[in-house]
Amino acid sequence: MPATIPIGLTVNGIRHELHVEPRWLLVDVLRDGLGLTGTHIGCEHGVCGTCTVLLDGQTVRSCLMLAAGADGAQITTVEGLATGDALHPLQAAFRDAQGLQCGFCTPGMLMVAHELLRENPRPSEAEVREAIAANLCRCTGYQGIVDAVLLAAGSGRAGAAR
Amino acid sequence: MATAERRWIGKDVPRLEDPKLLAGRATYTDDVKVAGLLHAAVLRSPHPHARIARIDTSRARALPGVYAVVTGEDAKAMTNPLPAFCAEPVTQYALAVDKVRFVGEAVAAVAAVDRYTAEDAVALIDVQYEPLPVVADPFAAMEPGAAKVHEALPSNLVFEKTLSFGDVAGDFASADRVIRRRLRWHRASAQPLETAGAVCRYDPIAQKMDVWSNTNMINYVGWLLANTLKVPASKLNIFPMYVGGSFGSKHVLGKVIGIAAMLAKACGRPVKFMEDRVDNLLASENLACDRFYDAELAVTRDGIFKSIKVRVVDDYGAYFQFGHGTHGNALAQVTGPYRMASFEYGVQCVLTNKCQQGVFRGAGSDAGNFCLERLVDAAAQELGIDPVEIRRKNFIAPDRFPFKTPCGNIYDSGDYQAVLDRALEMAGYAELRRMQAEARRQGRYVGIGLATAQQRSVYGPTEFWFWYDSPGLTTAPESVGLSLGPTGEFVVTMFSPFWGNSPETVVAQAVGEEFGIDPAQVTVTYEDSQHALPGAGPGGSRMTVMLTGAVVGAARKMKDKLARIAAHQFEAAPEDIVFGDGRATVRGVPDKSMTYAELGLKAYWFKLDLPAGMESGLEARHTYDHPYLTKPSADRTDLGAFYPMMGHGAHIPVVEVEPETGRVRFLRYVAVHDVGTIVNPKSLRGQITGGITQGIGMALYEQSAYGPDGQPLAGSFMDYLLPTAQEVPRFEVGHVETPSPFTEYGVKGGGEGGRMIAPAAIASAVEDALAPLGVRVHEVPLTPERIVQLVEAARR
Repeated sequence: MPATIPIGLTVNGIRHELHVEPRWLLVDVLRDGLGLTGTHIGCEHGVCGTCTVLLDGQTVRSCLMLAAGADGAQITTVEGLATGDALHPLQAAFRDAQGLQCGFCTPGMLMVAHELLRENPRPSEAEVREAIAANLCRCTGYQGIVDAVLLAAGSGRAGAAR
Repeated sequence: MATAERRWIGKDVPRLEDPKLLAGRATYTDDVKVAGLLHAAVLRSPHPHARIARIDTSRARALPGVYAVVTGEDAKAMTNPLPAFCAEPVTQYALAVDKVRFVGEAVAAVAAVDRYTAEDAVALIDVQYEPLPVVADPFAAMEPGAAKVHEALPSNLVFEKTLSFGDVAGDFASADRVIRRRLRWHRASAQPLETAGAVCRYDPIAQKMDVWSNTNMINYVGWLLANTLKVPASKLNIFPMYVGGSFGSKHVLGKVIGIAAMLAKACGRPVKFMEDRVDNLLASENLACDRFYDAELAVTRDGIFKSIKVRVVDDYGAYFQFGHGTHGNALAQVTGPYRMASFEYGVQCVLTNKCQQGVFRGAGSDAGNFCLERLVDAAAQELGIDPVEIRRKNFIAPDRFPFKTPCGNIYDSGDYQAVLDRALEMAGYAELRRMQAEARRQGRYVGIGLATAQQRSVYGPTEFWFWYDSPGLTTAPESVGLSLGPTGEFVVTMFSPFWGNSPETVVAQAVGEEFGIDPAQVTVTYEDSQHALPGAGPGGSRMTVMLTGAVVGAARKMKDKLARIAAHQFEAAPEDIVFGDGRATVRGVPDKSMTYAELGLKAYWFKLDLPAGMESGLEARHTYDHPYLTKPSADRTDLGAFYPMMGHGAHIPVVEVEPETGRVRFLRYVAVHDVGTIVNPKSLRGQITGGITQGIGMALYEQSAYGPDGQPLAGSFMDYLLPTAQEVPRFEVGHVETPSPFTEYGVKGGGEGGRMIAPAAIASAVEDALAPLGVRVHEVPLTPERIVQLVEAARR
């Protein structure tokens, strides 16, 4: 076994002390080590964005980051969005506008949308499309996702007629 | 019952699936954890065609943390060949036996304490290959003397047949003109964001194999998988998982399950094998058809279509998993929405050193639509008739349904004029043409596309056997269990998995409709294959029709019992009990009424209040068979009804093309679909916009390309390009509802239409945009490189 490195991670507000192999990916530590399987693995080469989490408030692709490199970081995964039985407003907007279908890309999309709305609370449709173009969705054709983000931003296209 | 009278069918009911998916709480295959779980990795062939001379696994086995290594020799001993839906002797194991037939074919697999160690061990396996001549081109593969992909076959031309219906020769002889096109449809790949995978756990004492996998056919072909894995069918248990998209690519997954199962048997520990993206791109069941068409349309000078002849060469890759199934699919709608009295369809299925075809949304009907609609546009050009008018002239009229096509398939219902009218109206077609003329004056290349095409739905298995003389399966059922508990709560059990569609919402809406309760109050669960009723699972746009049919059947049984309990209570006749608003009531006597909770409590715990002889409890199970399937005639001159729930759509994309760069940008995209009665407008719209987006991928970007040496050229998402939110426009979706006379509520399937129609429509739009240059489009995807080549060729 290769030698391990001690690290500290705060994930969704819970502090963890871990020993990780130098080559372990952050996504594997989150999923296998901490049991947070809401973060999914799509491509493992940084294109699809499915594994996106927030690290100190910024989106990162947890399949491209070594866990050891996240030492000391505050991480938010999809499990950290809802409060008890109440979905986060962004999750609720995804539900209302059907910004999902199979749900596999959804955690990553939520993270990207979260970051966008924090930095730009009233984005245009073009700005939403540019932001979420970092992530792939194979089900929705993106329209429901775009509508969901606009709905969450309160700029309203989500009620668009069928 | 008219749509207007329905309470829940047709409403934008929020999906039941969503909260757990949004919260990250659904369990996908990769999330399964069982005690003692090991992880697998696979060694794949770097050669397109080579004999495996020797495999040395000793260094891999010696690595700490490694539990087992298996090779093709083990596959031969421990398993039977994978299920194949063809009659020809094309044998495939989960791991390559004796030789490899494509780059990426699995050669050996390792189970280790974690995936990292398994990958390390894979790197320590030494394989000596003896390269063999590579067959990468299907036409070269058919030449005498070509190297054989499978020695057991007489040649690489694994299947060849021409089927002819009606007086094709007479219709061609009497035509004024024959429109001819050679067309090319390259292979695409489904690429769901979740790869295929399996967790297998074997108990050698009980001979029991548990499988958690994102396969679809957990009970339709589970018994075939049991044969592959060499376990008794009754002791194979497959658990339905939440699936992160399939689009047809996860029907069987015999390779993935076979690898995990073999390793689980070899080391006596549960093993997980999840493909990584490279595995999925190079070696899964993802790949769609890869076709070369020679097609002819016989027309009169007035633009009336008389007959069509299609000859198609299909490059299948190294195996023949679903046989010619995608051509059976295409046969459902060869003549499209148009009146034609005859057609001929000839197919050559060729094996080459590439990954096998599987199934991808559209399943060969997508390519068929492209072929037909390209011919229709060509006919319009050559005859000088407007592309809208030539379609109108040939549409089957609304009063001609049910309509029998030349080969015997039935179209249940339709109103193609209404769909086209709605699309033209939404697009503002006349104004669009004016805008286009203005753009052309400014030197811009703006094109308006049109495709009016069929979307067959509700898969029936006879399409697999009407090509052969011997008969095959004749049902693809779906079942549900429906229970009403002692507290009055409804629970529906399904026997096929969630595949990224909306099955929970569909069954809840149907229960709501039947019993007059809010669908949000319905609980939906899934059952594993050992406890299953018959079901074929999602595929062939069947689930909405089949699940509503199963729920209505179960509801009928449940209501029958509830009516007898209520009638007994109120000394009324069972036929006078009506259901609605959360209760059963004696017709016309509102105070003689019981809530479902009161009925539930009675049924479970007050046996002495039930009619004499009635069992306690409230459960109804129903198996819904395909609502309209008939056998092919013995001589195969009539193929019977095999895909009769026929949807339709009209797409009008508006594009602007840059001739210098080959870039295509969407200015508008209008799509009108008719899939019968709509169950849930919101989820249907998602199917349509998602399907069109995959169609945009097919039309412009996606290609699972191979070089002339048989090396794959798209082994990552850097090379296999999926559309992002910036490549697709805001879609304008409209609906026409022509109910099916054959299904509950009049529902048809709507899962594939977007992808089945968009490539034809976009090809039409790009051709229209470049019409001033004289460009003709015969091939998709229209990558920037291809468009620039077309423009350069036209300018020469």
